[in-house]
Amino acid sequence: MTPSGQNYWRSLDELAGSPGFRNWVEREFPRLASELQSKSTRRKLLQLMAASFGLAGLTACRRPEEKILPASRTAEYRIPGKPVHYATSMNLGGCATGLIVETHEGRPTKIEGNPLHPGSLGACSALAQASVLGLYDPDRSRFPRKRGKRSSWADYAAFAEELFTPARQGRGEKLWFLSEPLSSPSLEALRADVLRRFPAARWVEFESVPFAAVNRGAELAFGQPLEAVFDFARADIILSLDCDFLGHDWRDVIPIRQFSERRRVDSPASKMNRLYSVESLFTLTGAAADHRLALPSSQVLGFARELAEELGALPRKAETKAGGAGRQRWLSVVARDLREHTGACLVVAGPRQPAPVHALAHVLNARLGNVGRTVAYLRPSSRPALAGFDELCQAIQSNAVETLVMLGVNPVYAAPAEAGFGDLLAKVAHSIHLGAEFDETADASAWHVNEAHYLESWGDTRAYDGTAALQQPMIQPLFDGKTAAEVLSFAGGQSERRSYDILRKHWLAQWPQTEGESRWRKALHDGVVEGTRYPLAAPGVPDVKRVDATARVAGTQGVEVTFFADSSSFDGRFANNGWLQETPDPMTKLTWDNAALVSPAKAQSLGVRDGDIIALTRGGNSLEIPVLIVPGQADESIAIALGYGRRQCGRVGRGVGQNANLIRSLVTPGFVSGVTISKTVRKRPLATTQEHHSMEGRPLIREATLEEYRRDPKFAHKADHYKDLFSLHKEHSYEEGPQWGMAIDLSACVGCNACVVACQAENNVPIVGREQVRRGREMHWIRVDRYYSGDPEAPRAVMQPVACQHCENAPCETVCPVAATTHSPEGLNDMAYNRCVGTRYCANNCPYKVRRFNFFDLNKGVDEIGKMVFNPDVTVRMRGVMEKCTYCVQRIQEKKIQARAEGGRPLKDGEILTACQQTCPASAIVFGDLKDPNSKVAQLKQKDRNYVMLGEINIRPRTSYLARLRNPHPELG
Amino acid sequence: MADLAMKNPLPPDVPLVLGKPSYGEVTDAVSRIVEKKPPRVWYIALAVTGTFTLILGAMLAYLVATGIGVWGNNNPVGWAWDITNFVFWIGIGHAGTLISAILFLFRQRWRTSINRFAEAMTLFAVACAGIFPLFHVGRPWRAYWLFPIPNADLGMWPNFRSPLLWDVFAVSTYATVSALFWYVGLLPDLATMRDRATTPWRQRIYGLLSLGWRGSARHWNNYEKAYLLLAGLSTPLVLSVHTIVSFDFAVSVIPGWHTTIFPPYFVAGAIYSGFAMVVTLMVLARKIYGLEQLVTMKHLENMCKVMLATGCIVGYAYAVEFFTAFFSGNQYERFVFVNRAIGPYSWAVWIMFTCNVFAPQLFWFKRFRTNLAVMFVISIIVNVGMWFERFVIIVTSLHRDYLPSSWGYFRPTAVDILTFAGSIGLFLTLFLIFVRFLPMISISEVKGIIDAPAGKKEAA
Amino acid sequence: MSKAGDAVNRPYGVLGAFDSPAALLNAAQSARGAGYTKLDACSPFPVHGIDEVLRIGHSKLGWVVFLCGLAGAGLALLMQWYTGAVDYPLVIGGKPFFAFEFSIPITFELTVLLAAFGAVGGMLLFNGLPRLHHPLFARDGFRRVSDDRFVLVIDAADPAFDATRSADFLRGLGADPVEVVES
Repeated sequence: MTPSGQNYWRSLDELAGSPGFRNWVEREFPRLASELQSKSTRRKLLQLMAASFGLAGLTACRRPEEKILPASRTAEYRIPGKPVHYATSMNLGGCATGLIVETHEGRPTKIEGNPLHPGSLGACSALAQASVLGLYDPDRSRFPRKRGKRSSWADYAAFAEELFTPARQGRGEKLWFLSEPLSSPSLEALRADVLRRFPAARWVEFESVPFAAVNRGAELAFGQPLEAVFDFARADIILSLDCDFLGHDWRDVIPIRQFSERRRVDSPASKMNRLYSVESLFTLTGAAADHRLALPSSQVLGFARELAEELGALPRKAETKAGGAGRQRWLSVVARDLREHTGACLVVAGPRQPAPVHALAHVLNARLGNVGRTVAYLRPSSRPALAGFDELCQAIQSNAVETLVMLGVNPVYAAPAEAGFGDLLAKVAHSIHLGAEFDETADASAWHVNEAHYLESWGDTRAYDGTAALQQPMIQPLFDGKTAAEVLSFAGGQSERRSYDILRKHWLAQWPQTEGESRWRKALHDGVVEGTRYPLAAPGVPDVKRVDATARVAGTQGVEVTFFADSSSFDGRFANNGWLQETPDPMTKLTWDNAALVSPAKAQSLGVRDGDIIALTRGGNSLEIPVLIVPGQADESIAIALGYGRRQCGRVGRGVGQNANLIRSLVTPGFVSGVTISKTVRKRPLATTQEHHSMEGRPLIREATLEEYRRDPKFAHKADHYKDLFSLHKEHSYEEGPQWGMAIDLSACVGCNACVVACQAENNVPIVGREQVRRGREMHWIRVDRYYSGDPEAPRAVMQPVACQHCENAPCETVCPVAATTHSPEGLNDMAYNRCVGTRYCANNCPYKVRRFNFFDLNKGVDEIGKMVFNPDVTVRMRGVMEKCTYCVQRIQEKKIQARAEGGRPLKDGEILTACQQTCPASAIVFGDLKDPNSKVAQLKQKDRNYVMLGEINIRPRTSYLARLRNPHPELG
Repeated sequence: MADLAMKNPLPPDVPLVLGKPSYGEVTDAVSRIVEKKPPRVWYIALAVTGTFTLILGAMLAYLVATGIGVWGNNNPVGWAWDITNFVFWIGIGHAGTLISAILFLFRQRWRTSINRFAEAMTLFAVACAGIFPLFHVGRPWRAYWLFPIPNADLGMWPNFRSPLLWDVFAVSTYATVSALFWYVGLLPDLATMRDRATTPWRQRIYGLLSLGWRGSARHWNNYEKAYLLLAGLSTPLVLSVHTIVSFDFAVSVIPGWHTTIFPPYFVAGAIYSGFAMVVTLMVLARKIYGLEQLVTMKHLENMCKVMLATGCIVGYAYAVEFFTAFFSGNQYERFVFVNRAIGPYSWAVWIMFTCNVFAPQLFWFKRFRTNLAVMFVISIIVNVGMWFERFVIIVTSLHRDYLPSSWGYFRPTAVDILTFAGSIGLFLTLFLIFVRFLPMISISEVKGIIDAPAGKKEAA
Repeated sequence: MSKAGDAVNRPYGVLGAFDSPAALLNAAQSARGAGYTKLDACSPFPVHGIDEVLRIGHSKLGWVVFLCGLAGAGLALLMQWYTGAVDYPLVIGGKPFFAFEFSIPITFELTVLLAAFGAVGGMLLFNGLPRLHHPLFARDGFRRVSDDRFVLVIDAADPAFDATRSADFLRGLGADPVEVVES
């Protein structure tokens, strides 16, 4: 079937607002009815259906029937051409980020963080940024299927109505549910109803990426279920135990926000936090760390124990003295540093680590007096007794499962292969799968219901601290997708079938009758529900004995393989998202692939080079995957990203990378030991966006320790080997109007990529695909350069976001023969696409290499649905023209026009935010008017850490950088 | 005032034309070539070169239909084979103008036997060169925006600060003036062809082309003045063209491009490659058409000497570049040259050195200067070397510039290679057509330098 | 070969062909000695010294070329100044809207271009070319003037001209053939 063709019509039929559209067609044009499927006759049909447009009214507008509330301040918010913003929230693996969604004529086009939401504070991650593309994914599942055959929601409803009755299920002995960890109040309530109706039914929360260990650790330590929340902003010393809290080990961006607050140093007087990181693979956290110890994940428990013993949190054992002198010294320094900062430090363990490590972390925090300061414990809403995934497998094995409802999960792909879930599923009579795409699990299930995207559905979510937020649809489900609540409603036994009713009923029940409606409106408007944060809990004293008993260090055998949630496809759910596939991994800069990350030493001993395919075998399952050599990777550890090697997937993600789940373990989902490695003769060249990793001693990223900075606050300018530069001509003086400029604080930036995707979404930046990335033709307007530095044994990594620097004496402009790129009076380096003839001279002459050329017509394949994501305020570029960062000129103009409309008032500082700046979780990017001495950017440019790259060429870039600071412990240097 | 009949500056024992032919014999020797059926080898050659010309057409069509992506160009290497070929061909052209203009001003009378040939080469080389800047742009159908034509779409003008625009003017001026110069030189010979023509067609065509030239004393008076002035104009022009081409790089901010030595360096290189190409073609044409009488070893030897001289200048320029980079103390500049010597493209750099600096040193020895085989081989080696010089300058400077994060590597695609091969095909095709229909040696000028025996010749 | 006797009315002149530049030169000298003033000489290549004999002054082409070059330079500067600084000023690389520094290359090129046009155009103009039909072309004696013949033409407009005597005069100088050319 031709997706574009067909779905174009399916969407039109909703536009027409006539559910019986198809039947009508059959009545009117029986001969054509079948051709509705074919793209070929679309034009003919277009003529025939002209009438139906009449019914359609505003064809672009698919506003839901229910009343939804925009988060914009104004009352009359439906001005054609003016974007409307709505608050909603996105759930990722059981933790929500509050969002503000920009819609154009009823089309969500851009996602921002919701400043009112505790899980966002105005920022959001690359994944959240890119999720809007998923809404318009032409490969989404478009209709329910029964045994793979096209069916309808009506049919399913009929089936479900009679399936989920006590008559059929009895007490639910053979009824099982499989879902992600629920973080939705209304769904939790619904679950409670279901389990009340079928007391014997079992519910499994399936985690493709393990996060639960944190709480299990708390339970282990304190003997009660507790939600641990950390405040990185209040910690002077942070120790990360294999925890990439700045990257893929956290589901929201709050840690980045909090951590970077303490990296931003205003003056030599101000303080700065210090981060120690113990980790196996080189993560963003490791890159941000002042001291990093590369340690296989399996040895982290041992390290944590020794530390606990060192700090007297555990009874000292004699035998524990692993590692060399270096590690011992490292450990003792860390221990001392932590002790010296009692009450103002923080130990945090990574979700990859088993519960005992988390328990130890909790014990340490308690011992160090951090509880109530840098770490707090909340009492989550009571959960019912849940079954484990392994129990489900056994149950199916013993034919104890007749009905299995899988809500938005894809266990056939994401569960460790050793579970053999795909085959098990065949033994379940009524396997029902709800999913956004017709994935591996859908394929193996009896029933598949196409799930609605969160931007087109009603629902609610919980932030890390329990705060609830409502989800409101900005657009009617493009393919009539359904939500988990709607599928579950049949089992719940209540009358409501539409998620709107279910949700409203749930929340109105929470509030007093009188203020119900106003509360509802406020919740929709703000995007958060007041007073829903989990209550603070007193954890009491940790049970050191139990922890001591469980935290047993087992001798590891052979090489370990660790797994991490991929920064692009997470657990595979974003595999079909082109923006994310092309977003380079923040550390390896790898795109469109995953690889076995090995240390240089390990690679040498294995005799492999980048791209060589190795086979990793564990328990009969073998995974063949190309090698990527990464400095800083622990020698006895190999890391592989999850979320690749999808078999049943859309056109973008199918066959991209290798499926790491093949060698994962049900027992230790984070990492496995005892994997045998064998070389193959095959190679797979990898597509990375950065091929050279050394700064070659060039003063591009300027770095110093806090001490050096205090000694010489102007250290950043030591590298400026020039005094006063002069031009042959009198240079143009930029006076009239505001003068735009940008400052990027390299101390704050952690390199999370949020800016990259935000820019892509805002500016309609196309993707080019794996082959073109390999040719060096990626199109990103802003990139994050990552350089390794220091001793190759213990390398450091530094990050630098680079976009067009908007040089006042722009070299690109001088050389353009047709004046396609020129300067605006406000100091913007403008690019006139329709004037560009494409000589590429400007790109050659750009010292920062930030210009991007359309080597092909990159928007050719985009179908009608795909086009809906385009930002109407930004030109879609054609083949053969140059493009680059514009400082989001469309946003500048919008605000200028608004200010003029409001009586020509002056623009306020911070009123105009560039896309990268707005989403930056670290608030590292600041943009504004340089002429206004009080503007934030002007102030930053006064700071002594402020410098420009390549200033000696006298091109006067408008973007400057604030030199990076590290805060190493004097004894570790 | 030009004085073509001035005394032969060469020692009398080295005649420029052997065998003391009469005026009539000179006329016959040259005219016969275009009057009688061409030799078989001509047809074979045309078949081959014609095929490559067609390939060129196909490649360009594919390029325009698909996008620049069919080439290997990328980010950071925005220019690669396209501009390399452009500079290469433009360089080839320079020899023609140099021989016809500069040697004329210097009263080098040995030029007369080869200038027509070399000028034709100039034209065809410039034609090939023109293809690349035109088709290397992303939107060739908009290329006319590079000319100062008021255009309706945007009412914009070109940017006169851009060296690329200077190129447009330099190259189009160069092409036009060379064509004029060449045509003026042809006028009297066209008249000869007209008067010798046996078929009405030839008579008509040559008649039209010769514009009714009568060889009247008054004609010659203005003619020689015009010729002298054109020579005087072409001399600075030919120097300016490659100077401006070198500005494309010298004016930029990219290390390895931003170099003040480029103008003289490029001009020397251009003459070098140009003479190499003249030798390559002349050795063949001389053999095939038996022109040993008119194109003597003396001519070829002189050209070898010019190659030796310019080759040494080029070598010197290479050395100076390296020294400047080292002496500048600029780390970016230094890196570029270290990277050239030992980086990913060092292979290309060493090919360049070997071909351009070492090979021509053989010409110090008369034995080699006067050996057809040797000079033919070396001339080809030099052409290869000069192509690589342009490749090295363009690609090695771009692929690793300021920010190591954006460093890359360029690999040509099949389309790159076939396009270049096709341009060679076009060049040779035009050349074969030229030797078929126009006198490849300036009849009137050669007559000017021989003292013919006053033997009367029977009317044909 | 027509006999000089049967002269037609209003001939163009009479031509005599010689077979060396030297012969042409002394023929021309003798002709002048004999009082002929309206003479022309046609040769396959420029015969030097002939200009002096025939009193052909220096060519004025130089001035034409100079003026054209001047025009080219002016035009170029005007164009670059008008388009860049007047009609559509744009801030480009922080450089001025117009400056001589970056105007030089194009100014130079246009100077050369127009000068070259001047040289060729002027030459053709002064030579009255193109002129595809000319009385001389018809004559056999003229055919080989582009090959190895050197022709002296005595114009009918010459006061001393007389078809028969002029023809004999040329024969006397050893011209062969000698022809009377009808206009």
